[in-house]
Order: sequence, then structure tokens, then C-alpha cells
Amino acid sequence: MSIRVADHVAGIPRSGIRDFFEVVQTMGDVISLGIGEPDFATPWHIREAAIYALERGRTGYTSNLGLPRLRRSISDYVRKHFHVSYEPLSEVLVSVGVSEAIDLALRALLNPGDEVLYHEPCYVSYAPSVVLAGGVARAVSTRAEDNFALRAEALEAAITPRTRVVMLNFPTNPTGATMTAEELAAVAEVCIRHNLVVMSDEIYSELTFDNGRHTSIASLPGMKERTVFLHGVSKAFAMTGWRIGFACAPVELIEAMMKIHQYAILCAPIMSQDAAIEALDRGAESVGMMRREYELRRNFIVRALNEMGLECHKPRGSFYVFPKITSTGLESREFSLRLLREKKVALVPGTAFGPSGEGHVRCSFATGLDQIKVAMERLAEFCEEIRSDQQRSEAMRKTDS
Amino acid sequence: MDAIIDLLQQNALMPRADMARLLDMKEEDVAAAIARLEKDGVILGYQAIVNREKWDTDKVTAVIEVKITPERDGGFDRIASRIAKFEEVQSCYLVSGGYDLLIIVEASNLRGAAAFVAEKLSTIDAVQATATHFRLKTYKENGAFHHMESAPERLSVSP
Repeated sequence: MSIRVADHVAGIPRSGIRDFFEVVQTMGDVISLGIGEPDFATPWHIREAAIYALERGRTGYTSNLGLPRLRRSISDYVRKHFHVSYEPLSEVLVSVGVSEAIDLALRALLNPGDEVLYHEPCYVSYAPSVVLAGGVARAVSTRAEDNFALRAEALEAAITPRTRVVMLNFPTNPTGATMTAEELAAVAEVCIRHNLVVMSDEIYSELTFDNGRHTSIASLPGMKERTVFLHGVSKAFAMTGWRIGFACAPVELIEAMMKIHQYAILCAPIMSQDAAIEALDRGAESVGMMRREYELRRNFIVRALNEMGLECHKPRGSFYVFPKITSTGLESREFSLRLLREKKVALVPGTAFGPSGEGHVRCSFATGLDQIKVAMERLAEFCEEIRSDQQRSEAMRKTDS
Repeated sequence: MDAIIDLLQQNALMPRADMARLLDMKEEDVAAAIARLEKDGVILGYQAIVNREKWDTDKVTAVIEVKITPERDGGFDRIASRIAKFEEVQSCYLVSGGYDLLIIVEASNLRGAAAFVAEKLSTIDAVQATATHFRLKTYKENGAFHHMESAPERLSVSP
């Protein structure tokens, strides 16, 4: 017999990143700037804390919401760095990565047909997660000329009577966009006026550069009670594989999310939770070291890209740059595939992050400088070759006519 | 300045053009800043970190604890700089605790190191006692690991 999968799942496209990954896997010797995770191993003191926890035999389940000790650390950390206070035992839920927390929040919030607005280009999971939760995902495009920040007017124009939730992700994967406190205040005002819930994925918030300060929308007046603050240890602490995220939100929503979490997942792994306590309590120095390193690489890559004629603004957050490649005359996907085949450099086509990513590619600088350097050399060669091909064919066209 | 020093400490051979890109500076400004650091004596020199298990394997390194009697006027400084002048002495620190100077000595072989301690170091009047520890194996030196851990496997594309 052939097994039928549910229609709503069958209708979801596979992640564009995954698609691309399969092409990359068939090739050897590729330099990849396609990786969305830190190239650092988790700082040793955090790994050591996890080893110690294992030695002590801490291998069981935890409370569904997560270890109380970890939730206190989360609450302290969020108060200190984001200036929002959450009651550790009732307003904090520890999840398996932020991805799970996003899924929980959407499933807990949405009735069938409820609309969710998200800014695009964006992380690949937002729209599918909304659909899987029975909602309707609506993209609000952001523009390169705004450095991909979300304009409050654009958001407001997309609101319908069915809109319930706005998803935000600043600093943004894949564009590196950040929002100032004033820009966020304008967005917050729209959300309050239309009585919307905000889900704010702030996973890259520690990785902001140029001494820029990150502002959480949850810290703005009138926002805490309508915001799901989402964060985790993956990016800032180089802990992607540990799978620890968390959600901070009003008690009734955390309670609803917990119901789904307890039946689907039960709890996040205890050894990872123990490691997360060490990270949040004592990881600041390691984060600072990694942030400085990312900032240097960002400077390097932005200058290199602009020098080769790929226009690229200097992102103030995340570890991604999102250069414009239209000067090569190629579309994102063709550009990325040809670059991969001809120069063995893997970037992710901007369209993997939604149709408004066309004309761009995502380069991650979470890769060692030696690799970035070679990748930029090969990329420059590639652009040079494409341009001389173009000139040649143009010259031929002229001679023909 | 801090960032330049950090980069030089990681890799003093990094091309100045790369440093300029990383720091978002002009190449000539980077070169000028380094020249100033050298001139001001902030940067004293650049050296290679050699893996002694692969090169010059007879060479011995010893860490020596030295107890000295401080002098009425000069304290520890005069004796310390006298000891530091021996070419066998690679590093010399005044330390707190049960002894006064910690020195790191390199000699071309075991006999050379022993001779240094017996004939040169111990015979200095102010030196009361020494305790010599020979290096058996190096795991990490100046921030560099001697046994490279293989890089963990990484996906080539991820969200």
C-alpha cells in the first residue's frame, strides 16, 4: 500500500536550505559559508559543567517547564540583559531549542484560519510552523534600502481582522537586520492598537556589533503582557547541538504551551539544561570573545564583498551578511549553484528565505577567517568571470547588429 | 589598539591587508599603529612557537623555583635581573608564595641544565635555595595546543 500523508503536511514545501544542502553533499572540498551555527565549540567551562553533571548522575527527567534552577537563571539573565522581569516558576518555559518554543507558542495561540504576520526574508521555519499550527502565514516584505528593518506602516498595511500574531526576529537571520528602540516602538504601537500578540525571536541578540545595544520589544511599555519573548543558548554561547531554548510569556500562555510541550516532548534533556545554567550564569566572557571575533570577520567580509561589486550593507547583528548579487545579472539560485559548481563555495540563495530574498545570497561569517578569505577570493574570481562573459556577449551582440 | 594587539597575539604573521579589513581600517594606518607599538616598547618581539617533540628534541626545559634574600636597597630587582641575564633563562618572574623567583630555563641537554643550576644559579650569594622541575611533555604553550584535536564534523549548510 502507499502511505498517504496529511494534506496540510504534503502541501508544505521542503526547506530551500535543505534542498541546497543535498547538492552540496554530493561534492567534496567545498568551502561553506552556508552554515548557520557558530564555528566555535561550546566554551570549555560550559562543557565541563555538563560533564560534571553527568558524573554526578544527573540523567533523569526534569520538571516539564525545565529545572527550577535554570528558570531562575533565565529570569535573572533576561532581567539583566533585556530589562524585562519574568516570574521564574510560572512565566518561563525551557524548550528544545527556540524552534520548539515557536511551535508551542503558535499552537497555543492560533485557531484555524488565524493570521500571523512575519517579516521576510526570514528564517525558514516561520511560515511552515504557522501552517502546521493551523494558521495562515502572511509575509511582510522588508527592503534592502531600509537595511531590512520592518517598517511599522508596512506592518499595519498587512493587518486584517483575522490577524492575531506578529513574529519578529531581530537581529534577523538571514539579513542581519536590527531595529532601534524607536523603530521598535513604532511597531509596538501598531501591535497595541490592533491588539496583536508579538512573538519575538531574539536568538541573535547578544551578537550585536559597533557597540550597538539590543532592545527587546518586550521591554517597551504595554508590551510585556502581549509578547512571547523567545531566546536560547544556541548562537551566543555556541551551543546549537545542546538544543536549549526558552520562552518567557504571561502565565496563561506558558500554561497552554506547557500542555503541548509535556505531551509532545516532556522536557528538554537535563544535561543540556545543566550546561545552560553555567552558560547563562558565567558565560559572559566567552560570549564577548566570540562577539569580538564575529565583528572582525564581519568587517572583513563586508569590505571584500563591496570591493568585488556585490553591494552589501554592514549588518549590526547576527553572523550573516546578505549581499545583493543583481549586478552579476544572475538570479539567487543560479548564482549559488554556479558558484558551488564552478568555485566550490557554498552560500545560501536568498530565495530560501522567501521570495523577497531574490537578488541576494546569505553568507555566514560563522566560519574561520582562513576559510572566509579563500571563499572571498574564489567569489571575486567568479564575479569577475561572469562580468567578462557578459561583456563579451554584449560585444558580440553589437557586432551582430 | 587593543584589537591590533589581540590579532598580533593570535598570529603575528597575519598580512597587514587582512588586519585592515578585519578592523575596518586603512592598511597604512594598521602598519603605522604597529610601528608605534613596537617603538613604544609595547610589543617587544615576535617569536615562533616550536613543537619540541618535532624539533631539537634533546633540548631540555626546566622550571626553577628560586628563593633569594632581598637586598636592603634594591629588593629583588637587582638579583632578578642578574639571573635573567643568563642566556639559558628564557623567562624570569617575581612571584608571591613560598619562593620568590620563577625562572624558565632552556639548555641544549640535561647536563647543560644541571650545570647552569649548580654552577651559575646556586653560586649567587643571594640565592638561598632552588627547586628544579624538568619538562616531560608539553600540552599547551602560549595558547597553542601541541596535540591538535581533529576538528569536529560540521554540516556544510544549516539553517
